[in-house]
Amino acid sequence: MAKKKFVVGCFDDEKVLFPAVKKVRKAGYKIHDVYTPFPIHGLDQAMGLRDTSLHTAGFIYGITGTTTALTFMSWVFNKDWPLNIGGKPHFPLPAFIPITFELTVLFSAVGMVLTFCYLCQLAPFVKKHHFHARATDDLFVMVLECTSRTNEADAKAFLESVGAKEINVQEAEDGWWLGRYAKEQKLYSTPSENSLA
Amino acid sequence: MSFREQFEIPAKYKMWSLILMAVGLVSILVGYFMYGTGDEHTNARFWAVLLYNSVYFLLIVNAAMFFICATTLAMGGWQMSFRRVAEAISTAVIPIGIITGVILIALVVGHKHHIYHWITPDPNDHILMGKTGFLNPTFFIVWTSLTLIGWIFLGAKMRSVSREIDNGGPLSAEEGKKYIFKNTIWGSLYLVWFGLTVASTVPWLWFMSIDAHWYSTMYSWYTFASSFVAGISLITLYVIYLKNQGYLELVNQEHLHDLGKFMFAFSVFWTYLWFSQYMLIWYANIPEETVYFKHRVQGPYRGIFFLNLIINFIAPLLILMRRSSKRNYTLLVFMSVLIIFGHWIDFYQMVIASVSKEHVELGLFDFGVAAGFIGLIMWATGNALSKHSLINRNHPFLKESIIHHT
Repeated sequence: MAKKKFVVGCFDDEKVLFPAVKKVRKAGYKIHDVYTPFPIHGLDQAMGLRDTSLHTAGFIYGITGTTTALTFMSWVFNKDWPLNIGGKPHFPLPAFIPITFELTVLFSAVGMVLTFCYLCQLAPFVKKHHFHARATDDLFVMVLECTSRTNEADAKAFLESVGAKEINVQEAEDGWWLGRYAKEQKLYSTPSENSLA
Repeated sequence: MSFREQFEIPAKYKMWSLILMAVGLVSILVGYFMYGTGDEHTNARFWAVLLYNSVYFLLIVNAAMFFICATTLAMGGWQMSFRRVAEAISTAVIPIGIITGVILIALVVGHKHHIYHWITPDPNDHILMGKTGFLNPTFFIVWTSLTLIGWIFLGAKMRSVSREIDNGGPLSAEEGKKYIFKNTIWGSLYLVWFGLTVASTVPWLWFMSIDAHWYSTMYSWYTFASSFVAGISLITLYVIYLKNQGYLELVNQEHLHDLGKFMFAFSVFWTYLWFSQYMLIWYANIPEETVYFKHRVQGPYRGIFFLNLIINFIAPLLILMRRSSKRNYTLLVFMSVLIIFGHWIDFYQMVIASVSKEHVELGLFDFGVAAGFIGLIMWATGNALSKHSLINRNHPFLKESIIHHT
């Protein structure tokens, strides 16, 4: 996975962040992501992200669970090992429903968690590059991806003009599995050129 | 941006409400001469149709007030932009409550033994004799009257609390806190009364006692879920109607989305209760319990029984699951009408399948009486909407509703 260059701008106010996101997009910069300490309503629309398809995946996992439960139970009780349980029919649908429900929930829940981890590129032992440690505390961190046409100095100046408090340039691997191990663990050091990944 | 705060009843709306009420009245009259004067069996059909229609439409308009109080207690702000609509619907509790009260008391006073056979229990019938402490005419009449008076009084109080800040300016922080506290007090009183009535005793008395020997602990919750999801659908219909007429500028897809979520969630909740009631009885297979389902699942009501499940569970589950369908006005109108009809069918089979076990009779009489109640709801709601501002403009939570985002 190739290393990429990012221009990172930190904002300390939601009210500044929203217009900034709009201006940055209008100016044609490519937003890699915006890291915020808490979910912000409407930020995904402002960033122009499409709706997640996680729920479609969830639905598919759910019906997979439903069919698994129903086919397995009816195979067991009709073909593999038919038992007479209290004179009930061999395909007692009402008695199957609770288990079918549980398996539907289990499949969709586990499947959606794994899909979510995949979409967010999270996995055990994978360390992600943190653009700013305070992104989980009190800073809104906007990360612009540098393309071949991006002028870093212009991008930094532009971020400053839209209200970013701290601006720096970082190199990181944005890829899957090959996230860099952050060597610098000090939380509140001022970001500077030498804290580049 | 200017707001159209004052609803003016369109002539067409007024005409339709009057036509529907006239249809209802004619149906009741014709029904009385067709069934009401006949022998005990046909007579029971007349009264049973009045019973399930009046109670159904009473419970769904009452659910609008439940919705207001529940969201008030939850400190909800999102409903504020269309709260007046729910308030207007809940005014229909007054006329329909009175009609229902008259019908219920007439059933008991008129000794409609074919519907409520606990009115004159056989002294050798130990089960019914054991229930006489609860199932007796005096308790029925007293509790029914108290129930209706409680709903009407507490509902009117909630509405007047909502209107009392209309004419002043914006509230200060202190006044706002006091105002919210006052809302909370009256809302919780209403909810306690609602819990004691709809969520427990009233469905036992009004509906479950038709099968006086049988009982189900799920029954009241089942009735409540049925009426609540239909009530939410009614609110949605009115919100969309008013939006189409150019009112309710502050309501947008976000609010519709949340109403759609309520419709979806409570359809599933209704099914959960439907299934819990059915499965336990099916599994235990004890004759005195299965007697309730015998003619519903294996008898003449089989078609309606499963239609009920398809309309009220499969359709909302599959159609309302997608985010885009909850934000689609046309689809929500379709689903609201379908759900209101579906739960009407549900109430139909709860009552009629117990009164006339051998034959399914669902005809013009049923639809005519339902049309009458729909006309009455339209008339009462339209009048209430046109009397007061559509926006609770000084409410402290109004801004929360304006910027609402799901």
